Amino acid sequence: MPTALRRARREFGLATLTLALFAVVALRFPDFASGRSLLSLVDDTALLVLLALGETLVILTRAIDLSMAANVAFSGMIVALLNRAHPDLSLWVLVPLSASIGALLGTFNGLLVWLLEVPSIVVTLGTMAIYRGAVYLASGGTWVTSGQMSASFQGLVRHLLLGVTTLSWLALLGALLAWWLLRFTNAGRGFYVAGNNPAAAVYAGVDVGRAQARAFALAGAIAGLCGYLWVARFAVAYTDVANGFELQVIAACVIGGISIGGGVGTVAGVVLGCLFLGVLKNALPLLGVSPFWQTALSGLVITVAVIINARDATPGRRRILEPRTLAQAGTPGARPSP
Amino acid sequence: MTAPGAISKVCTALKAYWTGGTWLRWEVFLGAVLVADLVLNAVVSPYFLDPLTLSDATFNFTEKALIALPMALLIIGREIDVSVAGILALSSVVMGLGAEHGLGTPALVGLGLTTGAACGAANGALVALLRVPSIVATIGTMSLFRGVAAGVLGDRVLKNYPASFHWFGQGYVIGVISFELVLFTVCVGLFSIYLHLTLFGRRLYALGSNPEAARFAGVRLTRYRFWLFVATGLASGLAAVLLTSRLGSTRPSIAQGWELEVISMVILGGVSVAGGRGTIPGVALAAVLLGFVTYGLGLANIPGIVMQIIVGALLIVVVGLPIVGKRLQARAHR
Amino acid sequence: MRASGLAKAFGGTRALIDGELSLYAGTVTALIGENGAGKSTLVKILTGIYRPDAGQINLDGQPVQIHSLLDAQQLGISVIHQESVVFEDLSVAENIFITARPKRYGLIDWPSLRRRAAQLLAQLETPLDPDALLRSLSLSQRHIVQIARALSHDSRVIIMDEPTAALSHHETEDLLAIVRRLRDAGHAILFISHKFDEIMAIADRYAVFRDGAAVGCGAMADTNLDSLVSLMVGRAMAQIYPKLPASPGAEILQVQGLSRAPEFQDVNLTLKRGEILGVYGLVGAGRSELMQVLFGLHRADHGQILLDGKPVHFANPEEAIRAGIVYVPEDRQHQGAVLSQSIRDNIALPNLRQLSSCGITRNSRVTAAAGEWSARLQVKCRDTGQRVDELSGGNQQKVVLAKWLLSKPRILILDEPTKGIDIGSKAAVHQLTGELVQQGLSVIMVSSELPEILGVADRVLVMRRGLARGLFERSTASAPAILRAALDS
Repeated sequence: MPTALRRARREFGLATLTLALFAVVALRFPDFASGRSLLSLVDDTALLVLLALGETLVILTRAIDLSMAANVAFSGMIVALLNRAHPDLSLWVLVPLSASIGALLGTFNGLLVWLLEVPSIVVTLGTMAIYRGAVYLASGGTWVTSGQMSASFQGLVRHLLLGVTTLSWLALLGALLAWWLLRFTNAGRGFYVAGNNPAAAVYAGVDVGRAQARAFALAGAIAGLCGYLWVARFAVAYTDVANGFELQVIAACVIGGISIGGGVGTVAGVVLGCLFLGVLKNALPLLGVSPFWQTALSGLVITVAVIINARDATPGRRRILEPRTLAQAGTPGARPSP
Repeated sequence: MTAPGAISKVCTALKAYWTGGTWLRWEVFLGAVLVADLVLNAVVSPYFLDPLTLSDATFNFTEKALIALPMALLIIGREIDVSVAGILALSSVVMGLGAEHGLGTPALVGLGLTTGAACGAANGALVALLRVPSIVATIGTMSLFRGVAAGVLGDRVLKNYPASFHWFGQGYVIGVISFELVLFTVCVGLFSIYLHLTLFGRRLYALGSNPEAARFAGVRLTRYRFWLFVATGLASGLAAVLLTSRLGSTRPSIAQGWELEVISMVILGGVSVAGGRGTIPGVALAAVLLGFVTYGLGLANIPGIVMQIIVGALLIVVVGLPIVGKRLQARAHR
Repeated sequence: MRASGLAKAFGGTRALIDGELSLYAGTVTALIGENGAGKSTLVKILTGIYRPDAGQINLDGQPVQIHSLLDAQQLGISVIHQESVVFEDLSVAENIFITARPKRYGLIDWPSLRRRAAQLLAQLETPLDPDALLRSLSLSQRHIVQIARALSHDSRVIIMDEPTAALSHHETEDLLAIVRRLRDAGHAILFISHKFDEIMAIADRYAVFRDGAAVGCGAMADTNLDSLVSLMVGRAMAQIYPKLPASPGAEILQVQGLSRAPEFQDVNLTLKRGEILGVYGLVGAGRSELMQVLFGLHRADHGQILLDGKPVHFANPEEAIRAGIVYVPEDRQHQGAVLSQSIRDNIALPNLRQLSSCGITRNSRVTAAAGEWSARLQVKCRDTGQRVDELSGGNQQKVVLAKWLLSKPRILILDEPTKGIDIGSKAAVHQLTGELVQQGLSVIMVSSELPEILGVADRVLVMRRGLARGLFERSTASAPAILRAALDS
């Protein structure tokens, strides 16, 4: 099988699965396939797509970031608080600020992993708690509600361009940028190199620690941006924003074919993984599944996905025998001759 | 043995202990921090040194520490289990349902332990048999277990537990020493013997240091990994029994965030995430330390979520400090 | 290029004492020496991985400092390793241009990358798909990708470290043709190999290393095989490979029709009590895979193994060990020993049952056993509490042997036991195995060093490409006969 097709087999399978799921639901609920419902689905999944793209960059370098959701909460809370206190502060200031705060938090993660060589799971377990606690400290435990947010603050994400929300456009833009980064820049390829064979990466001129720090910084910036997008979309900011969302993000990555060992994965795969989870999430209430069972279902999906991933990754047997010999299997082979 | 002979033997042993490498240094350090924290707590809150308060404080760590013990073995073996809180929740829900159907205490305890062990076996099958990396496997099962618990529970609260059931979490053995504390101490003893004295512990250390070499030396990797996950699941089930009986009810949010605390206990206790290093006394001390630190913070009316900041920062500092120290040492030697 | 006076020590081991080498443009220089002679240390210094303790390197008459791989690359020195420096999930084309992807308007130019990779591969006359993932390539194909990478750098000095180790006769011929083409184009080639026939065929000059120092160099035309070998070995063969008199007894192990596709097929062998069975073949012949099945690490698809005439099926190494079969793997660092643990802990690991009572391991017994065997094998260390990674390669191997010998095995399988070890330890290892064989131990020794096999084995099984190609008695074993069986006809 030609190589390109072989690699796309996984994405192909996932796309088919998603479409199949979609079709099953749409058959019973034709409204599900309506234009409005589709746009709403995409809008719903946009935040997951953006965050999953950030997480992908980190996982590619053989690290993991558990603090992204806390990052979202913190950045979002800061700009929400600012907006409440100074409603006339322009979005041109708030949005970049949100992203910058996120980048800062991400860089902190990255520096600890790179310079102090602390394993990323330990770092992000710690910063997850620190950033989440910082949200509480910043807000004093209070909420910023929609009434306290300015109209423009909330309006940007909902603004329609050609019938599609800004949020959805941002997700698309994010996917294109990520694809461009990973495909056409040396820094992007460096992520793959670092994750695929960290020991040999130095031979390829890639400093694994620095690549990881870069990935964390980028993921942080995306999380920061999503901080604003999240609180604006849901029109509320409180301590528990996006609590537990990091699991969905990792699930989307794993389902999308990103290997937890690093070095493997595509943007298309991640986006499909997010769409799959999005369709699933929106289909469940229609199929009569109580919201209480949704966690269990996504847990099941993750578990199945990782089993499939693990089977793909198992190293096979060394190919030593010549094909000629294998074909002759069964006939008495070469007998030892003095 | 004569008195001077005995004394000189003790002195030599102490000296060997002290210079015996990093083994005891971390544990002594933790012990010192613990003492410092106890003093601090006593200063901040006058009733802290009251036996009842101290006993009350132990509940802050006994249940989590029970899970931390097999978790330490798991991490030494180069695996991890983030689904422990989910297992706890599921075990609690199963017990709650059993209670609603009128089952007696022994049956409930059996249910809780069995659910825990079964969940652990599921994890073990995924990691040891299907070779799924433990971090993703247990992220998946974490959602699965907690999700099933939430799904079954809905928005109810289960609280029809028989009266005798409450003794496990609320009962005392002697005076102010709770059953949980006694159980914790016994388990620390058992796990210490397993890891530090038996041949199984030695094999585990080898497994964590270099799984391939251990395999080539005849260590049955699959078996160890599988049973370690079962043990962790069983411990989570046991913790479920204790916690549920202490709280007297089962809510969907039971033990929320406990996986972070348990793993923090293990890592603070000196267990390396890379595997092959760590001790049970260290983990036990870290558990006690974290328990008293969070209790003291609670007495000072610091909200739980802010406590998490301190725990998170502590975790990073603890792991990062030795590396910084090594760097500075290297620079000094140049 | 001229390197002189290079020295490098690791802890107590002096890997290189007086490294001297001259390379000329348009010339192929063969670097010859036993394992442990200092060749790989020299190469690592030339490519910037190690910094020499002493000595200097001149390029075009100017002294140069090579502090990193990038330095070496920029100076035009590239190396093709034995260990694969490849990225499995990236394409062949990308692996070739891993440090220098062509760009257009600041973006990676994939069509150009692919085209240039195809050109290089065509130069090497290799039918490889530039889009194929490295993961799908065989060992020899991965090698060729590394060669293409070296070519892409336009290097002036190309160092090839045992490039034909896993290649078939045909592939070797193709490679040598490429080497000649590179030489004629003006590159300086440093060709490291153990295969004298290739060296005689391709090299213009030679440089021989022994025990960490350069002992001779010159033009190939002025020398012959015998003088090269005597320079390399420096002492009588019998001293390094002592053959102690032994009388093999009855057959204790029989392997019949053992197959494990696609690794090996239809292998028969027998092992007598008190004999050394040598298993010779090129790297990648399937010998280790066969041994690992005997040790219970993997299962065969067909065939059977008979121990004392009774069929055995080992589901895991523990069962093999209990039956008295032990295995010293080729990869000492990752499979043979737990480097971060002490000598004591390593020796104890497979023997814990006998060192414990009621499950509790007795420290006194461990220390005693470790001390006894460490002394018997003359492991050079501070004490048995020292970490194994602080020891030299030879001493590490002794620790690995000690741990198995403590278990009193009946059959000892050695996989490349003297690879990367200094001459002194090599002799010690062979002396020891010889003594144990005299006392009734049976040994299967896998080796790709012909002198070793010829010197020590009672019988020789030759494997090629997963098949058993010949069985020789000591009396009829000769270098040409064995080589003929091991290489493509």
